[in-house]
Amino acid sequence: MLRVRSIKVNYGAIRALKGVSFHVKEGEIVTLIGANGAGKSTILNTVSGLLRPVSGEILLKDSPIHKLSPAQIVKLGVSQTPEGRQVFSTLSVRDNLILGAYPRRKQSDKSEIRKDVEEVEKLFPILKERNKQAAGTLSGGEQQMLAIARSLMARPKILLLDEPTMGVAPIMVAEILRTVKKLRDGGMTVVLIEQNAHAALSVADRGYVLETGRVVLDGTVEELLENKEVKRAYLGKGYQEVWE
Amino acid sequence: MGGSYAIIALGYTIIYNGTNIINFAQGEFVMLGGLFMVTLTGKFGLSIFPAFLIAVAATALVGLLVERLAIHPLRNADVMSVIIVTIGMSILLRGIAMLVWGKDAYAAQHFSGDKPIEILGATILPQSFWVIGIMILVVVALQVFYRFTITGKAMLACAVNKTAARLMGVNVENMLMLSFVLSGALGAVAGIIIAPITLAKYDAGVMLGLKGFCACILGGLGSGTGAVVGGLLLGVIESLGAGLISSGYKDAIAFLILLIALFLRPQGLLPLKEMMMRQESH
Ligand SMILES: Nc1ncnc2c1ncn2[C@@H]1O[C@H](COP(=O)(O)OP(=O)(O)OP(=O)(O)O)[C@@H](O)[C@H]1O
Ligand SMILES: [Mg+2]
Repeated sequence: MLRVRSIKVNYGAIRALKGVSFHVKEGEIVTLIGANGAGKSTILNTVSGLLRPVSGEILLKDSPIHKLSPAQIVKLGVSQTPEGRQVFSTLSVRDNLILGAYPRRKQSDKSEIRKDVEEVEKLFPILKERNKQAAGTLSGGEQQMLAIARSLMARPKILLLDEPTMGVAPIMVAEILRTVKKLRDGGMTVVLIEQNAHAALSVADRGYVLETGRVVLDGTVEELLENKEVKRAYLGKGYQEVWE
Repeated sequence: MGGSYAIIALGYTIIYNGTNIINFAQGEFVMLGGLFMVTLTGKFGLSIFPAFLIAVAATALVGLLVERLAIHPLRNADVMSVIIVTIGMSILLRGIAMLVWGKDAYAAQHFSGDKPIEILGATILPQSFWVIGIMILVVVALQVFYRFTITGKAMLACAVNKTAARLMGVNVENMLMLSFVLSGALGAVAGIIIAPITLAKYDAGVMLGLKGFCACILGGLGSGTGAVVGGLLLGVIESLGAGLISSGYKDAIAFLILLIALFLRPQGLLPLKEMMMRQESH
C-alpha cells in the first residue's frame, strides 16, 4: 500500500535520512523504532509532504506522492498524528475534531461529519465529555487521544502515528495501544513510531529498526523480539520502564 | 465613534488571530477606505451603495498586496521583524495616498443626510446610526465566520499551530492572504462609515489606527468581544473626557488609556472567559 524507496532527506546541510526504504501492506501495523534523533519523525514528515526528499520515491498504491503538497497527500488518505500531539490548544475539543475533517470539507456534508464525530467519540468517550473544553486544558493522554481522533476525522486509509505513548500515563498507554489494534482490526493500515520498543512490538505485525538515518534491521515482530541486538539496545531498558 | 474603533480593532484582531502579527498598517486601510469612497462618490458620481462595495473591494485588494509584497517574503522571519515591516508599509501607503489625493482633507457624503436627529435631548447625526448598525452587522458576520464555518476555524488553527494545520490539509499561505483581505475590507468599512464625520485625509489612518489598537489592548489582544467592548468603551470615555475637560484633549485621552491599559492589564480587561476555561479543567 505504501512503499518508501531509498529516500534521502536533508535539513539544510545536514543529511537526516541516508536512504531509507520500507513498505507497509494493507491492514498491517508496521512499527519504526529507533533512539532519539534516528530520523523517525523525519520519515513521517516526508511521507506527509512537509519535507521533500532530495532523492528516492514514495509510492501510495503504486503512484508517487513525494512531489505532492501536504493537503493533497492527506486527501489521498494518508493522515499523520504528529509527535507531541500538536492539538489546536485554544480551540475546543469539538472544533479540533471538525478541523480534522478539513481535507474532505468539499465532499462531505455537515451531517456526515457530525456522524464521524460521534464515531470517534465512541472510540474515545472522554472526548465527548470534554467537547466544549479548550484542547490545551486536557491531560497529555487525553490530548493524544484527541490528536488521533482528529487524524481519523480525515477518514484515512493509512494512519501515521508519531510516538503516541510519549509523555502519557501508563493506563492511558495501554488504552491507546488497544485502540490502535482496534483500528487495525477495523481495516486500518498503521505506521507506528516508537522509542518505547516494547510497547510498539506488543501491537505491531512487522517492524524496522532505525539508526542515524538508516534502516539497520527489519522483520516480523517475532523475529525482532528474538534478535539479540534488539534485546540489548531497545528492550533491556524498555522492559523495565513498562513494567515498573 | 466607538463603533468605528470597534471595527478597526476587529481588523487588528483578525490578522492577529490568523498570524500572531500586529499589523500597524491597519489604520492605512481605514484611511484608504475613506478616500476611495470620497473619490468614487465625488469624481465618479456613484451612489453610496455601489461606491461602498467598490471601496471595500479595492482596499481588500490593497490588503492582499501588502501580504504578497511585504509579509509573504518574510514568512521565515520572526514575528517582530514582520511587525516592523507593517510599520514600513503604513508609511509607504500614507506616502502613496499623499501623492494621489494630496494633503487636503475631504468631506465625505453622509449616507442619509447630515441633519441631526434629536433623541432624549441629545442631538445625534444620522451617520452615527449607520456606524452602530454596520458595526453590529460586522460583529455578527465575523462570529458566524469563526464559529460556524470550517474556513474560519482553519484560520484560527493556523495561528495556533501551523504544522498541525498543514497536516490537516489547510493551505496556510491562502489563509494568510485571506486574513489580510478580510482585515483590509474591515478597515475600509470603518473608514467609509466615519469619513463623513471625521473627514478623509492621507494621514487620517495614523490616529484612527492607533485608537483601534488602543481598543484592542483595552479589550485584550486577540479577543473579538474584547475588541468590540474596547472600541465602544474608548468611544464613550473619549467623548466624556472631551465634554468634561476639553475636546482638545480628546486624542490625548486615548493614549493615556492605552498606556494605563498596557501598564496595568496587558492581557486586557476581559480575561474572564479564559480564566473560566482554565477552571473547568480542574
Ligand atoms: N528542523 C530541523 N532542523 C535541523 N535538523 C533537524 C531538524 N529536525 C530534526 N533534525 C535532525 O534530524 C535528525 C533526525 O531527527 P528526527 O526528529 O527525525 O528524529 P526522531 O527519530 O524522530 O527522534 P525523536 O525520537 O527524538 O523524536 C536528528 O539528528 C535531528 O537533530
Ligand atoms: Mg521524532
